[in-house]
Amino acid sequence: MSEAEELQKLADKEYEFGFVTDVESDSLPPGLDEDTIREIVRRKGEPDWLLEYRLKAFRHWQTMEDPAWAKVNKNVVNYQDLIYYSAPKPKKQLESLDEVDPELLETFEKLGISLEEQKRLSNVAVDAVFDSVSVATTFSDKLAELGIIFCSFSEAVKEHPELVRKYLGSVVPYTDNFYSALNSAVFSDGSFCYIPKGVACPMELSTYFRINAAGTGQFERTLIVADEGSTVSYLEGCTAPMRDENQLHAAVVELVALEEATIKYSTVQNWYPGDADGVGGIYNFVTKRGLCKGDRSKISWTQVETGSAITWKYPSCILQGDDSIGEFYSVALTNNFQQADTGTKMVHLGKRTKSTIISKGISAGKGQNTYRGLVDIKKGAEDARNFSQCDSMLLGDRCGAHTFPYVEVRNPSAKVEHEATTSKIGEDQIFYCNQRGISTEDAVSMIVNGFCKEVFSELPMEFAVEAQKLLAVSLEGSVG
Amino acid sequence: MSAHENEGKMILDVNNLHASVEGSPILKGLNLSVKPGEVHAIMGPNGSGKSTFANVLAGREDYTVDSGSVSYSGLDLLDLDPEERACEGIFLAFQYPVSIPGISNAYFLRSALNAVRRYREESEVDAVDFLQLVREKMKLVGMDEKLLQRSVNDGFSGGEKKRNEILQMAVLDPKLAILDETDSGLDIDALRIVAEGVNALRGGDRAFIVVTHYQRLLDYIVPDHVHVLSEGQIVRSGDKTLAHELEREGYSWLESGHAREKTQEAS
Ligand SMILES: Nc1ncnc2c1ncn2[C@@H]1O[C@H](COP(=O)(O)OP(=O)(O)OP(=O)(O)O)[C@@H](O)[C@H]1O
Ligand SMILES: [Mg+2]
Repeated sequence: MSEAEELQKLADKEYEFGFVTDVESDSLPPGLDEDTIREIVRRKGEPDWLLEYRLKAFRHWQTMEDPAWAKVNKNVVNYQDLIYYSAPKPKKQLESLDEVDPELLETFEKLGISLEEQKRLSNVAVDAVFDSVSVATTFSDKLAELGIIFCSFSEAVKEHPELVRKYLGSVVPYTDNFYSALNSAVFSDGSFCYIPKGVACPMELSTYFRINAAGTGQFERTLIVADEGSTVSYLEGCTAPMRDENQLHAAVVELVALEEATIKYSTVQNWYPGDADGVGGIYNFVTKRGLCKGDRSKISWTQVETGSAITWKYPSCILQGDDSIGEFYSVALTNNFQQADTGTKMVHLGKRTKSTIISKGISAGKGQNTYRGLVDIKKGAEDARNFSQCDSMLLGDRCGAHTFPYVEVRNPSAKVEHEATTSKIGEDQIFYCNQRGISTEDAVSMIVNGFCKEVFSELPMEFAVEAQKLLAVSLEGSVG
Repeated sequence: MSAHENEGKMILDVNNLHASVEGSPILKGLNLSVKPGEVHAIMGPNGSGKSTFANVLAGREDYTVDSGSVSYSGLDLLDLDPEERACEGIFLAFQYPVSIPGISNAYFLRSALNAVRRYREESEVDAVDFLQLVREKMKLVGMDEKLLQRSVNDGFSGGEKKRNEILQMAVLDPKLAILDETDSGLDIDALRIVAEGVNALRGGDRAFIVVTHYQRLLDYIVPDHVHVLSEGQIVRSGDKTLAHELEREGYSWLESGHAREKTQEAS
């Protein structure tokens, strides 16, 4: 098969996870006003301080405008048409996996994350979020022995209000942007994680998000706090079933690393990208930010983005503590009509702070891939360092790659290095593989994997393999 | 053309092959017959079409076959995809091997070997067996084992790339190996080692087409036939002594015009 045909076939690849779980759900009617928020709070049994927080965010959101600045085309989202709360029935407190709706478990199995399996065999603790309510949390008991809290956000509000109150909005205030304001007003659930002083979390913590009910906007809230000298590695994985209308996902993730703490946050995102004609797909507008609050703290973002119709996402680090370190490793793949505008912000405040940015963009079909980064070295950041490398790979000639690296330096002692490359996947590379017996499909996936190696090597072992497969699946034609 | 068939089984039979690149004709009626176990050397001036011929045999897409036929082990070669040709036992050692950053040489070679084995309905080799096999073959070409973990040809020296081609050939066990200027860029010792590697793979039914500019290589890999390619045609064929003659006299005789007659009797 010729390279052109092969590339066309990639573009025709259908989404593997497109199925809808038939579970009755308990939803609010579409629409958003203060009563919607009060109703969310009532149904979730939340305290007054959280109602106040949500209402302040909502009032602020009403003063803001839907941003249209990034290099993307999108349909206007009508926020009054969205459903802001959707919980699968029954929604009573679940004590064990046995009580979980078998349909849900089946869904997770289709996604390849059987909780039963996970519980028995693996040492990955999974907090699965199904639409808005977290249905099953595994390993909590084992983690509790070490004083680690890993639970749904709703549960954290009930069980650990002092921690949630202290850190909620401390890294991403609701005033930050349009979507963080909206999220702060209507967030329904998410994950919460606290690692106590000096504790190294002995297993990868993991959340699988899945958007299921039609027309629901999903507003997840994740908060991870690593106390002094602790370490944690967290993996977020996402899929969504096939839906015709665009679905909005506007999550907020906040990370706080205190003195000498390390947080590694890895994302594998595989949401429905829309069909070959650009119809449907998820709008993924996420605010992710980590605060290196303490000296010698470290936050590392690794992301592999292969899904969504539109992605706007800039996981960022605020390097406040002296000698703190921020890292960003990213692979973003766009195919068909997908648009990704991602990158990072590294804000250097503390002395001798260091940041590293490795971004790999892959465009196929008519995909548009944009890297947008800001390295911001503030006045007090004596001897700050940054290294950025942004590489783009084009598959075919109907796709595009764009790079916007912004640098602001207010301290002359700073050292900032930037490298960028754009390459077309070489016909001579593919022919070389073919001549050794390797099919074009396998060759493309091999070459792309090689291109992404520096990022994959940052992923936790278990997931590096998964990410490679995901990339191969996103690139492959549908023939088995 | 059926005269060849009467002479016995051919591994490769190229008949009046015309091929072009980007609209300009490069091969203009090329004829060549190779029997199992034979070594054919192809020489000829720069730009005469040697690499083009090698690439056409391997099935490179940008080379268009305009007319003529190529039969290979009883198959219509021009009907097969490049990877099918490879799996059927055609191996091309590239004049300019390509690098694949981020993919280790070992991983690449094992993927290739397993692709070929799957095609032949043989079981795949696991990492342990593969390592054993590849170590043995590396000795054959005198290659440093460190190169196994490096990315494919990435930052390899010219000579390392050429040895790597021969290593791949040794591992993939082809029926017809085409070496396109494998000797260029090799130092004297490397040339000897690579040639010995090739000689070790000679024997049985495996056939070779060796493209080279220099007699020196042919002192080590002694050919059964030597051909001169000029302007897309084989204009002269002979035994190994032809290479010596070319070394002495160069290609100026090509201008004189009676080259064409000689080719008929020799092939
Ligand atoms: N991709 C291409 N586009 C345009 N012309 C090409 C291409 N490939 C080969 N050619 C032309 O075809 C002719 C034959 O080239 P080829 O590489 O086959 O020669 P060669 O005999 O291998 O030469 P050398 O001894 O220098 O390796 C040359 O004139 C070359 O410029
Ligand atoms: Mg050549």
